[in-house]
Amino acid sequence: MGARLAAETLAARAAAGLSRLAGRGGGTTVPGKLLWKVDPGAIDALASRLPLGSALVSATNGKTTTAAMAARILGGRARLAWNSAGANLVSGVATALLAARDAELGLFEVDEAALPEVARRVRPHALCLGNLFRDQLDRYGELEHVADGWRDAVSGLDDDAVVILNGDDPLVADLGRAHGRTVLFGLDDPRWARPALQHAADSKYCLRCGRPYAYAAAYVGHLGDYRCPACGHGRPPLDVAARGLELDGLNGAAFELVTPAGSTRIRLPLPGLYNVYNAVAAAALAQQLGAELDEIRAGLAGFSAAFGRFERIPASDRTILVLLVKNPAGANEIVRTLERSAPKTLLLALNDATADGKDVSWIWDVDLEPLLDGAETVIVSGERAAELGLRCLYGGLDRGSLVVEPDLERALDRGLVLVPPGGELPVLPTYTAMLALRAVVASRGLVAPYWERRR
Amino acid sequence: MRIAVAHLYPAYLNIYADRGNIAVLARRAARRGHELDVRAVGIGDALRPGDHDLVYIGGGQDREQALVAPDLAARSEEVAEAVAGGAALLAVCGGYQLLGRGYRDRYGGTLPGAGLFPHETVAGGRRMIGDVLLECELEPGERRTIAGFENHAGRTQLDPGATPLGRVVAGFGNDGESGYEGCRVGRAIGTYLHGPLLPRNPWLADWLLAQALAHATGGEPPQLEPLDDELEAVAHAVSAQRARARGGR
Repeated sequence: MGARLAAETLAARAAAGLSRLAGRGGGTTVPGKLLWKVDPGAIDALASRLPLGSALVSATNGKTTTAAMAARILGGRARLAWNSAGANLVSGVATALLAARDAELGLFEVDEAALPEVARRVRPHALCLGNLFRDQLDRYGELEHVADGWRDAVSGLDDDAVVILNGDDPLVADLGRAHGRTVLFGLDDPRWARPALQHAADSKYCLRCGRPYAYAAAYVGHLGDYRCPACGHGRPPLDVAARGLELDGLNGAAFELVTPAGSTRIRLPLPGLYNVYNAVAAAALAQQLGAELDEIRAGLAGFSAAFGRFERIPASDRTILVLLVKNPAGANEIVRTLERSAPKTLLLALNDATADGKDVSWIWDVDLEPLLDGAETVIVSGERAAELGLRCLYGGLDRGSLVVEPDLERALDRGLVLVPPGGELPVLPTYTAMLALRAVVASRGLVAPYWERRR
Repeated sequence: MRIAVAHLYPAYLNIYADRGNIAVLARRAARRGHELDVRAVGIGDALRPGDHDLVYIGGGQDREQALVAPDLAARSEEVAEAVAGGAALLAVCGGYQLLGRGYRDRYGGTLPGAGLFPHETVAGGRRMIGDVLLECELEPGERRTIAGFENHAGRTQLDPGATPLGRVVAGFGNDGESGYEGCRVGRAIGTYLHGPLLPRNPWLADWLLAQALAHATGGEPPQLEPLDDELEAVAHAVSAQRARARGGR
């Protein structure tokens, strides 16, 4: 390390400690922001020192979980520089690079909009792109705009870099067309397909000719086995696929992972088709980084949720089940997973900070009705609790079943008393509401602050 | 009473929770004993003037808008005739743009419009995004506010003498300069405001329902029985406060 870079990294690391001492949260981006300001090129230099190079993961939904799964699989193989706390802008990647001093491999989840710059600086050996759904249009702009940025990121990669793409997402699968080394992953089990495309489905018109795709199977939103009846453009052959799926409600999922190097049965302690997608993506990525099938199977079997994503937090004799929601496609999958257990009490929390999306209209695109139908009490909370309350009422919930409590701590307590001892309170918060709720439970000693979470 | 609604291109134009607007209309109609009969009108489907008491068209991303624009432009006579015959209409965001004379994108491409609203839209460099608060007077002497969220690259210029929906209290509005937002022609309203628009502005939902009922009965717009809109009022206040905090244009 050069003298200047060494001095900069020292100062930046000290800043993280100061930030934590000052009680300003985890300091998960403070040192990176500092380093970036002092010397933007330092990130490139730090990344280039990793002997095994770097891998990047991006997606609208599941990037935190996919990266965490890959970390779990690869953690026994290499020392990782990994932004596990979800700080996924350039500054967050820089902070992870600073924090992991003798790391061998960089593994970074990256914000969709930040991907072009991070890829340019980090020069990854592997890039895993999971899906594109409508999300925070006030921040990212339209879907095609994000896809354009990703296309630039792919075209700027080194020729020998491998791009791992979700073949079930028309827009994402197409990103590899001009690149040499690609791996396409997806699901192959029409028994678990949705009967029809959901209301919030995106990218449902043929990329080539604009006609609606016909779906042999639609699994999550517009992800599935698509084909254009007019021009024939369809899902490319999959290199890595999940077959023979079993979904066991809230307990987990199992599937046959089929890869060019052979097949293995995966047991996943996380529920839902969306987590199967995350697992297949992580498996395909880890395999490209050298992992054997045994390591993949063991890593996924031992995986526990990334914070706030299907996280169970004990609260004396009850459990809080935290399910982060941030856009219609993701929220629809949460609903689909919860629906079978038909919770009687439910807490929904909507904030509208920048990280949540200032435009809250997306809640109307979520198919909440299956949960509302079975619920006796729905508590709505957060800064935009009233909007969420209206969503429920106009979705058919009785006024008598709705509790509007903007204060998150009070809302949590109102929910917990309604759950019988031994029971579980599902909480569906947006991002900053999730952080605030975790802060509440952390202050009660129920959960460690997120920056102290064990990896 | 049955209120017949034509929902134009719901499979293409649905980006800002347009179905929230439909849900509000349906439930508020039902609470007064009326039934909202919503029919999807897709590309190539018939739209006969007089068949519908209310026409709804929402917003989409550029790609979806381009896919429906030619079909909508080819129906300009039917749309004009429906509105001239007293049908109510609500157009939001992309639908509002496409019901003008046309849209010119940043690369010189143009989308044809249906020409109901006297305006033209040209894409600008910076998107206009954020909460908006309007003041308007749809009925003489009845001043109301509308709170919503805007997100558009298009700058919409109303023709001289055209009637805007309202005056911008906070936010950008049609073009970020004129101080006006939306457009009104008879019982037709076009606006950039979503959020969705109607849950937090229930008086506007009721105004549209009353206009649609007038078309259905051939009489005057009825006075609708008031509903308990306490939560709607809170949602309106929060949204209006967001717009005010954001400041002027």
